[in-house]
Amino acid sequence: MQMPEPDRGVISRKREIIAALQEILPQESVIYDEDELRAYENDGLTAYRQIPLIVVLPETTDQVSQVLQYCDKNSIKVVPRGAGTSLSGGALPLEDGIVLGLGKFNKILETDFENRCVVTQPGVTNLGITNAVEHAGFYYAPDPSSQIACSIGGNVAENSGGVHCLKYGLTTNNLLGLKVVLIDGSIIEIGGKHLDSEGYDLLGLMTGSEGLLGVVTEVTVRILQKPASARALLLGFETSEAAGDCVAAVIAGGIIPGGMEMMDRPAIHAAEDFVKAGYPLDVDALLIVELDGPPVEVDHLIERVNEIAKTHGAVYNRVSESDEERARFWAGRKAAFPAVGRLSPDYYCMDGTIPRNKLPHVLTRMREMSEHYGLGVVNVFHAGDGNLHPLIMYDANKPGDLEKAEDFGGDILKLCVEVGGVLTGEHGVGVEKRDLMGSMFSEVDLNQQQRVKCAFDPHSLLNPGKVFPQLHRCAELGRMHIHQGQLPFPDIPRF
Amino acid sequence: MSEILRPENPDQLVELVNWAVSEKQPLKVTGSDSKDGLGRPVQAQHTLSLSAFNGIRLYEPEELVLSAGAGTPLSVIRAALQEKGQEMAFEPPDLSVFYGQGNGEGTLGGLLACNLAGPRRIKIGAARDHFLGFSAVTGRGELVKSGGRVVKNVTGYDLSKLLAGSYGTLGIMTEVTLKVLPVAEKLRTVLVYGLEDAQAVSTLSKTLGSPHELSAAAHLPAAAAAGFALPRVSDAGRAVTAVRVEGPEPSAVFRCEALRKELSALGETEELHGKNSQDFWSKVANLQPFIQASDQIVWKVSTAPTAGPGVAARILAQRKGQHYYDWGGGLLWIGFDPAGIDDDGGAAIVREALGEAGGHATLMRAPDALRAAVPVFQPQEAGKAALSSRLKNAFDPSGVLNPGRIYADN
Repeated sequence: MQMPEPDRGVISRKREIIAALQEILPQESVIYDEDELRAYENDGLTAYRQIPLIVVLPETTDQVSQVLQYCDKNSIKVVPRGAGTSLSGGALPLEDGIVLGLGKFNKILETDFENRCVVTQPGVTNLGITNAVEHAGFYYAPDPSSQIACSIGGNVAENSGGVHCLKYGLTTNNLLGLKVVLIDGSIIEIGGKHLDSEGYDLLGLMTGSEGLLGVVTEVTVRILQKPASARALLLGFETSEAAGDCVAAVIAGGIIPGGMEMMDRPAIHAAEDFVKAGYPLDVDALLIVELDGPPVEVDHLIERVNEIAKTHGAVYNRVSESDEERARFWAGRKAAFPAVGRLSPDYYCMDGTIPRNKLPHVLTRMREMSEHYGLGVVNVFHAGDGNLHPLIMYDANKPGDLEKAEDFGGDILKLCVEVGGVLTGEHGVGVEKRDLMGSMFSEVDLNQQQRVKCAFDPHSLLNPGKVFPQLHRCAELGRMHIHQGQLPFPDIPRF
Repeated sequence: MSEILRPENPDQLVELVNWAVSEKQPLKVTGSDSKDGLGRPVQAQHTLSLSAFNGIRLYEPEELVLSAGAGTPLSVIRAALQEKGQEMAFEPPDLSVFYGQGNGEGTLGGLLACNLAGPRRIKIGAARDHFLGFSAVTGRGELVKSGGRVVKNVTGYDLSKLLAGSYGTLGIMTEVTLKVLPVAEKLRTVLVYGLEDAQAVSTLSKTLGSPHELSAAAHLPAAAAAGFALPRVSDAGRAVTAVRVEGPEPSAVFRCEALRKELSALGETEELHGKNSQDFWSKVANLQPFIQASDQIVWKVSTAPTAGPGVAARILAQRKGQHYYDWGGGLLWIGFDPAGIDDDGGAAIVREALGEAGGHATLMRAPDALRAAVPVFQPQEAGKAALSSRLKNAFDPSGVLNPGRIYADN
């Protein structure tokens, strides 16, 4: 993975930069000791590592503003970092850049039950928000698997999803407001406790912008009352085609479950070996369907889903009779990644989304690719919304294996795009999928996205090397090619 | 009257925008002109109609996705969805009567460009939340695409959000893709009579914070209720507070009963079923209280729900008007009678009253001259305004797309 050429001038000024940052921040908030820096050399995409020039840990918006203003004036690159759980290398440091860690922004500022929202600092974990409001029966709906560790600021940067986003939406659908510091140090407030924006939807644009547009220092999220009850169904099928048909039939039947997950045979076996969730081992595909709401609704829908499953060839079905049993159904799914980790020294987690009805085709092609590359693949799948997580098994100590796994992964994602889907459903582009962007977007599309970047960060100092395969200068992107002297559209109908 | 240009395909549209740029001829971008009265009047010699970008390109009910030309009439979209028991879940209002337009309720592109949403906004989001992807021609004369046809997608910036609510000032959408959802099997509305604004909104807040999963929550003071032309509402002679539950029949019935029991402690209650229930929320969405007095100046105020009654009281203390609340109190509609030539339409009063509470006020209906004279959309603080104009510049550096529609200088 090629990163932007480091600026030797900046690296040689390290001492001076440290001194300047120490003017802005307390001594202990500026980290430059090699051993301490090592803790920041990678995020959740562990195949890539880079020791940053310096790490700063500000704790007020004003400090963030001063740091960014200094970096902007002195052409120093900045990589924002939340909890460092990104699976796409969104927080991968740069040799000539500082990492701006938001770990000290760890306080919840306000819980407002009447307006059903929480105002929080970005370093609070996703689960921390739910923990702060659950005594009153509320929760924060988006639930990425890393929710114990990942920060809400990182969730905003990546537009994180989770198992329940089919019914309750992604991060972007659950945000009300942000405080953002731009690279020039200016502070803007977007949204608040009200709905919709008074001008362009900067809230929507910031969400999922992967730290390229600004640094979020305050977040207002919507909270929901917990459903009165929930039950889950385990459904086994002889083929993944049959399971896919069942998913389509449930949705066509007007039912939007709280969660609907699919696992293929290798995933079922790996999870069952690991956590003994009680999964059937003689099926090719397993669905977990969760229904939530008042008990009368849940019971009614469980029955309907069960009927649909029967007519679509389910050979196994079990309904959770208690919350413990429901938790056990999920335990296997939630442990699928570590379970695969026991089968293989390393695994590489992919994240494409496809139109659901393309699943059988994609699975067949994936099996062929698996043979071609000689690497095993295990599939877990957010079946309700078409988000695939193939786990490619490889051995990093075997020369060439990582490259093979990456090529295999790239082929899977290109296949996702080919069938009408996208490169990433919830993990982000980061560095990982950066060079595949051209398979989904034309150069014209990508240039337009970069012009948006230019409106926020004209010198491309915020998280450069992520998302875009090629960096263009803003001046060059701004140029217009005007077609002077053409005849005024002779062929266009008018009336 | 300006000339109407009607490109028939993206190539012609690109050619047209290139011409507009090189000849410095701004374009007024329209679907069917149904919401011409929303936003600042656009000063442009040429009107561009997207009516040729018409038709559903893809509709897969079991995938919950629909793609159509941006100029497709909403009536066509609604009919296709209805046939499969689905809908645009954000409950888009039909403002054609409110704006006194005789040409239908508008196009899909127009709806997205205005980012409208009805009462279900509080549960399911606005148009922006259901807008998955688009193709559009920017003011640079380039056809760009963004997003896709799947819900879970974080590939690149979410430009769909940016185009939703951009009023045609960033790009001319040619094709758009939406997430659609099944229509709930049953809906029930519970009414409580005679609550004061503050008590009503506090009740709505409490009820929205219960596990009953409301899909709408509104409060009509007595005067607004009187204009609703619905049994049990217009004849109530009192304020009407309403909450809606939707879902499978047993669930809707159960929650309706539970709510009615809880709310009966506050006053007399009633239920609306079936068509009455549907009509009630359509009228809330379509601004029924301001239909009759079609010359009333109308404001939309979005604020924190609990701040709604305070903002309304501050406004009404200074200028007589009619009002009601949607979105659990967070959406305040206020109508004033016009008051002569120097009238700012209540702009100063409304925006000052909003002040500390936070949020934004939009002048939804007023004569052209007034909408040209006072800021229709909430003025932004300097930093955000500068960023907005840099974004406009990133898409439309020559300012040929709907100049002045949102802000006078943009």
